[in-house]
Parts: sequence; structure tokens; C-alpha cells
Amino acid sequence: MTYKPLLATIALLAGLLPGIACAQKKPQVQARVAVASNFADAARQLANDYARQSGHRIEISAASTGKLYAQIRNGAPFDAMLSADADTPRKLVAEGLADADTLHDYATGRLVLWSRDPALVKDGEALLRKGTITRLSIANPELAPYGEAAREALIHVRRWDELKPRLVMGENVGQAAQFVASGAAPLGLLPRSLVQVARKTTPGSGWDVPAAWHAPIVQSAVLLERGRSNAAARGFLLYLRSPAAQKKIRAFGYD
Amino acid sequence: MLPDPAAPAWIAAVWVTLKLASLTTVILLIVGMPLAWWLAHTRSAWRMPVGAVVALPMVLPPTVLGFYLLIGLAPDGPLGQLTNALGLGTLAFTFKGVLLASLLYSLPFVVHPLQAGFAAIPPAVLDAAATLRASPLDRFVSVVLPLSRPALTTAALLGFAHTVGEFGVVLMVGGNIEGETRVLSVLLYDQVEAMAYRDAHLLAAGLLVFSFALLLLMQRLGRRTAVADV
Repeated sequence: MTYKPLLATIALLAGLLPGIACAQKKPQVQARVAVASNFADAARQLANDYARQSGHRIEISAASTGKLYAQIRNGAPFDAMLSADADTPRKLVAEGLADADTLHDYATGRLVLWSRDPALVKDGEALLRKGTITRLSIANPELAPYGEAAREALIHVRRWDELKPRLVMGENVGQAAQFVASGAAPLGLLPRSLVQVARKTTPGSGWDVPAAWHAPIVQSAVLLERGRSNAAARGFLLYLRSPAAQKKIRAFGYD
Repeated sequence: MLPDPAAPAWIAAVWVTLKLASLTTVILLIVGMPLAWWLAHTRSAWRMPVGAVVALPMVLPPTVLGFYLLIGLAPDGPLGQLTNALGLGTLAFTFKGVLLASLLYSLPFVVHPLQAGFAAIPPAVLDAAATLRASPLDRFVSVVLPLSRPALTTAALLGFAHTVGEFGVVLMVGGNIEGETRVLSVLLYDQVEAMAYRDAHLLAAGLLVFSFALLLLMQRLGRRTAVADV
């Protein structure tokens, strides 16, 4: 067998690469923002609105809050952080990795008990308090504030110890939601923002967990050390506080 | 056997990992031998497509496998309905489900060495055995197996090591359940994310030493060619 055709193909593709790169002319990324998974979808849409207004392009990186914190501690190139809790940004400020003046709460999250099966969550409260739960998907409480809130809600109904062996843990809320959306797990305790997105394709059935069942999921944002002189990142954080953005955030499923 | 709840997380993870890798290896050797024999000797038009399917897990991102498996294993998915009908229940987030994923994921690592070993056996040796009126099964057991012992060892070690090294698939279909689906690689990932670097170092170093020792062992065994001297 001869390698000539293969080599020719490789050479051709290599020749095309610069062309492809040129065709991909995007506006320059002016700020990289680390966003907790529950807010990723909202942040992308808000970043688009902000780009239309300001011309600044924001790039969103989503992961669990714990993971983002570890990445920032290890020098990841983020200019700002939108956390799923209030503690992590304050910890970053205390460690000299973020700017205290920019710290603010941008959203309050809510949990939903959700199933892909439209008939499963008829009376969510009864189901959580004493119903049969074969499997329940939550985010890892060690890494994701919504996972911790789910743990608190289960402790509230005195079922944490009983249900612990039946929990499946996503490594962030996105994966926990995918477990439920795929039907692999019948039930999940998930952020309302993600359930709203999932319901566009799969209505299923759900029940809002009362806010009093867990500590409030106050989500804070902060400018990181690296973004101190980054006008795009600073502007995006200011935009999040605007009435227009706040109205949008509520529409995404936050209180 | 359930791990003692007071025991450190890594003991449960070691147990799950060893159980998974051993079972995967044993099942793949049993399934892989006839498959490898067929691939080594068939002239059927199916050889190439089947060969390509067997090799797929070597090039596919594990996430592709994980994504389709999770959908397939859901209660209303095709595999989920099959396992339910067979009385196995649904396999997502169970040890059995992770075992199924591992079987697919490590298949080429067991089949390929066996295939090479079987293909290298001179047909004349088998003809001689047939002339001496050895039945096909007898020929396989007393001629083929002894001759392909090095290939069998390589297949077993590679299958085992590759399953121990599994991460993406297990993370996606396992649901990270202690004592059930949390294997060492996933535990290590958790430790790194939670910034428990000391524990992560210990575990990572342990896995590194284990893999190195296993490959060293394979090199020693592999000094003899893939087929034992006739």
C-alpha cells in the first residue's frame, strides 16, 4: 500500500488550516468569566445582550463552584466569577484573589424536585416527605452549593440518611440535570433555572421546594485579581446589577 | 460485601475498581476468544465491519460511549427495556451498568492481542493435529491455547489495566456512588476538585506505580514472542 494519497490529503488539510482560521474571524475575547453551572445558560444570554450594548465579547466557562474556586486558586485565566453561593467569592476576597469593592449578590436560586415522567411528581411535598424514591439525582454537595442545598432539604424532611444510598451525584448541577433529563434517574433535586431550560423540550413534572427548607442560595459575583483593569469584565458585572438584567435573571428562574 | 462506612473512601474505591477490572477481564477473555478466532480466520465480508466495530472504543472519546449508554440504559431506552425484560432492572448508576460500559470500552484491548496470537499459529500445526484425529475442541484446548499463552496473558493484563484506567465513561454512567460505581480514577478526580491534594497525590502515585509495574511485567512476559515456541 502506498501512503501518497494519505500524505496528499494531510498536506491539503494543512494548507486549508490558515484559511479556516481566517474564516473564523470573531471579535476578540475581552473578558473570561467563570460561571457556576446553574447560571451558565443565563450568563451566555446576558453576555450576548451585553455584547450588543457595549461591543465587548465575554467568554463564559461553566463548572461547579468548587471546581472554579480550585481553578482560580491555581491561576486559571478568569477575569470575574459568578458563583452559586455567597461564600466562595468572599473566600477569594479574603485570599487576595478578588476585589472586595465589586462583590455583590446577583441572584437567589431555588430548588425544584423534577422528573421527566409527567405523572411522577403529583404532590411533591408528600413525595419528598414520605414517598417512594428509588433514585434521586443531586449535584455533589462537596462541590456545588445546590448540592448542599439539596442535602439540607433532605435533612429537613429527615430522609438524608435513608436516601443517601439512593443518591446519584453529578459533578455539577448540569450533570445532575442530565441524569434526570436522560431518564436514567427518575427524580432530581435541581436548580429551577436548569429545570426551566429542560422543560422546553421535556415538560415532565416538578415541584418547587420551599425556600425555607434550606439555607438561601444567594449567588454572588466578584471581579478577580486578573480582571482588575479589565473594562469589559467590570462592565459586565455592572450590567448584571441593572434593572433590565435583573428582570431577565428572574425570568430565568431565580427569585 | 459492603465496605464498612467508617473506612476511608479509597478502600471502597479500590474494592470497586478491582472487582470491575477482574470481572471485565474474565468476561472479555471468554467472549473475546471466539470473536478473535473468527476475526483471525474468517474470509467473510463481515470481517472488516466487525473488526472496525471492535476497534471503535480505541478511537472514540469515552464521553461518546458514556452519552449513548446513559440514554440507552434509561428505563425507556432500548437497553433499559431489554435489561428490564431480562429481570436485571435498569443498569444506569449500578455496578452492572459500569461493568457493561467497561466491557465495551476494553473490548479491543483484549481482542486484538488474542487475534494476533491466533493468526500467528501455523496452519500446519493444526492440520497435523487434525490428521491425528483430534476433535476441533481438542485441537483448540491442546494446541491453540498452549501456543497462545503469551497472547492470553497480554490480553488479560491489557484489559485489566485499561479498565483500571477508565474515567470518562464511569463518570458519565456511574453517578459516583460509593462502594457501587465510584472507582479510583473518579475518586481521584473528586479529591482534586475538593482540593484534597495530599490524598490525591497518594492515590495518583499509587495508580502510577501500579500501571508501571503491570507494564514492566508485560515486557518481561513479552520477551518471548506473541506465540510460544513451537
